[in-house]
Amino acid sequence: MSDTAKKIYVSDVTLRDGMHAIRHRYRLDAVAAIARALDDAGVDSIEVAHGDGLRGSSFNYGFGAHTDLEWIECVAASVQRARIATLLLPGIGTVHDLEAAHGAGASVVRVATHCTEADISRQHIEHARKLGMDTVGFLMMSHMTTPAALAGEAKKMERYGAQCVYVVDSGGAMNMYDIADRFKAFKDTLDAATQTGMHAHHNLSLGVANSIVALEHGCDRIDASLTGMGAGAGNAPLEVFIAAVDRMGLHHGCDVRKLIDAAEDIVRPLQERPVRVDRETLALGYAGVYSSFLRHAEAAASRYGIDAFDILVELGRRRMVGGQEDMIVDVALDLVNAAAGGGAQVQAQRG
Amino acid sequence: MSADVKHAVAIIGSGNIGTDLMVKILRHGKRLGMGLFVGIDPASDGLQRARRMGVATVDTGIDGLLEHPDFGSIRLVFDATSAGAHARHEALLRPHGIRVVDLTPAALGPFVVPAVNLDEHLAAANVNMVTCGGQATIPIVAAVAGVAPVKYAEIVASISSRSAGPGTRANIDEFTETTSRALVRVGGAERGKAIIILNPAEPPLLMRDTVYCLVGRDSDRDAIASAIQAMVARVAQYVPGYRLKQAVQFDAFDGRMPEEAHAPVQGRLKVSVFLEVEGAGHYLPSYAGNLDIMTSAALATGERIAAAIDARDGEAA
Repeated sequence: MSDTAKKIYVSDVTLRDGMHAIRHRYRLDAVAAIARALDDAGVDSIEVAHGDGLRGSSFNYGFGAHTDLEWIECVAASVQRARIATLLLPGIGTVHDLEAAHGAGASVVRVATHCTEADISRQHIEHARKLGMDTVGFLMMSHMTTPAALAGEAKKMERYGAQCVYVVDSGGAMNMYDIADRFKAFKDTLDAATQTGMHAHHNLSLGVANSIVALEHGCDRIDASLTGMGAGAGNAPLEVFIAAVDRMGLHHGCDVRKLIDAAEDIVRPLQERPVRVDRETLALGYAGVYSSFLRHAEAAASRYGIDAFDILVELGRRRMVGGQEDMIVDVALDLVNAAAGGGAQVQAQRG
Repeated sequence: MSADVKHAVAIIGSGNIGTDLMVKILRHGKRLGMGLFVGIDPASDGLQRARRMGVATVDTGIDGLLEHPDFGSIRLVFDATSAGAHARHEALLRPHGIRVVDLTPAALGPFVVPAVNLDEHLAAANVNMVTCGGQATIPIVAAVAGVAPVKYAEIVASISSRSAGPGTRANIDEFTETTSRALVRVGGAERGKAIIILNPAEPPLLMRDTVYCLVGRDSDRDAIASAIQAMVARVAQYVPGYRLKQAVQFDAFDGRMPEEAHAPVQGRLKVSVFLEVEGAGHYLPSYAGNLDIMTSAALATGERIAAAIDARDGEAA
């Protein structure tokens, strides 16, 4: 059983992971309305950035409707008590971007790497600590390595200075046993003072269940978003997660009704593609593919006249990792060429 | 001095890049020949390999190089250490008038991409080889820019985790920032952005590079595709495993970058170029195209510098 006295740190990601669901196009008025509602409902932190983190705005990931700094400043002007978090992927954003985000009001940073590549986060984690930020390590695609190896990478982030390390199920590909094994390995490996966190995706409909299992194994922080607004089938839906742990008698510090109303009245109307488990988002969880690939794969499928499902499964077979969105069109062209017996390549050259 | 007498070179740095470059000079050096191979760890794989291959080694770094009896015969130094170490190395080598090819991201000298701008910098005391991703992508940006103004160039370099050494990993910001600057300075784009991804798949994947260029809507697509193909052939002359993986893709771009106050009403064109770099397998296996393109570019640069020195000495004689 989970500890009913321990306060769950509720980390909202509607304004960061949720960016993927609307191709990084949140307008500032929506950002302000969502931030005010979350702040009023009692979440501990509100993460805001391009979906792929600071400087994610690009051809490869989609251009943002605003710069990261405009979004962060907008949240800073809208909240009374919640902390402002942001995301940084080394290889995309830099220490300079982190400094600018901190200056704009971010006091929490999650430094994200692929689950086996923690050592590229050192300069960013060290710098975040120098800035006095709450510094979190974020191990993406955690299903792609063993619990023991994942804990070893978490230990590196702890050594660099991370105060909390996350199991991140970017592919929404893990079940409750997978989560339990990873938190047990974290507990065996990390210092007792280092917190742990869970970031779920709902591609196999397990976002809330996996988050509750994480809590049972001592997890301190849970990521969730209103209506699940996030990549793929979305994250653990915040209002659902809070309702569920409320019924369990756990200490979450949020107003359940306010979250339900904010989800339904403010966020769901913004969804241009339903955030739900369906053929394409289930393919992500089934094939263990980075959830952010969804909308790009759907765009490539439409451009080249093939199935998004086939593109996603092939990306999984090739073991593509987070950030390799350029390989979606590459795979689509390979599938088109294969279907045309290899002759299409020369034709397309002039097309 | 006649052209067939080799210029003795020293390589500082016994990691992946330095060792691969040594193998290339031994196998393919024309005017260049191995003089001294310099590291700081006598047990390093690179120094051990150099000794096995009969190359004279120094295991006490730049100080050992300066004191070595053969130092006086060294004409050219390749620095494959780190940006921080390079500043000191350059300062110590400068009084000796030695030409330096810098493979670190220090960028004290001008950026050089052999297929694009080597001729402009043949007389420079110190030239910088940008980054592996820069060597793979800047030629493509320059090819597009030769046909139509490039408002913005963005590149994504994916390398196998096994081919990224500890230096690269500890300083990943230097990759993105140095490459971004060189996309503008050498590639000719108005703005540049670089992204690097490490992929741990086993067996390791070949290096992939994707280049996106934003150009005017009415740019000549056939001329752009032809210029890119010609440039790929030009780079492949010194990096045999460099190739275009897909036909050049053209897409209408009606969006606006958040940094732009206004986007043109009529929309623009996105050019997408998918590249693959297969390494020659000299030190690391063929997946390490990132290593190969860096050392191949450095070797091509060193050879051209040596040829220019020989031509000058020939005129003087």
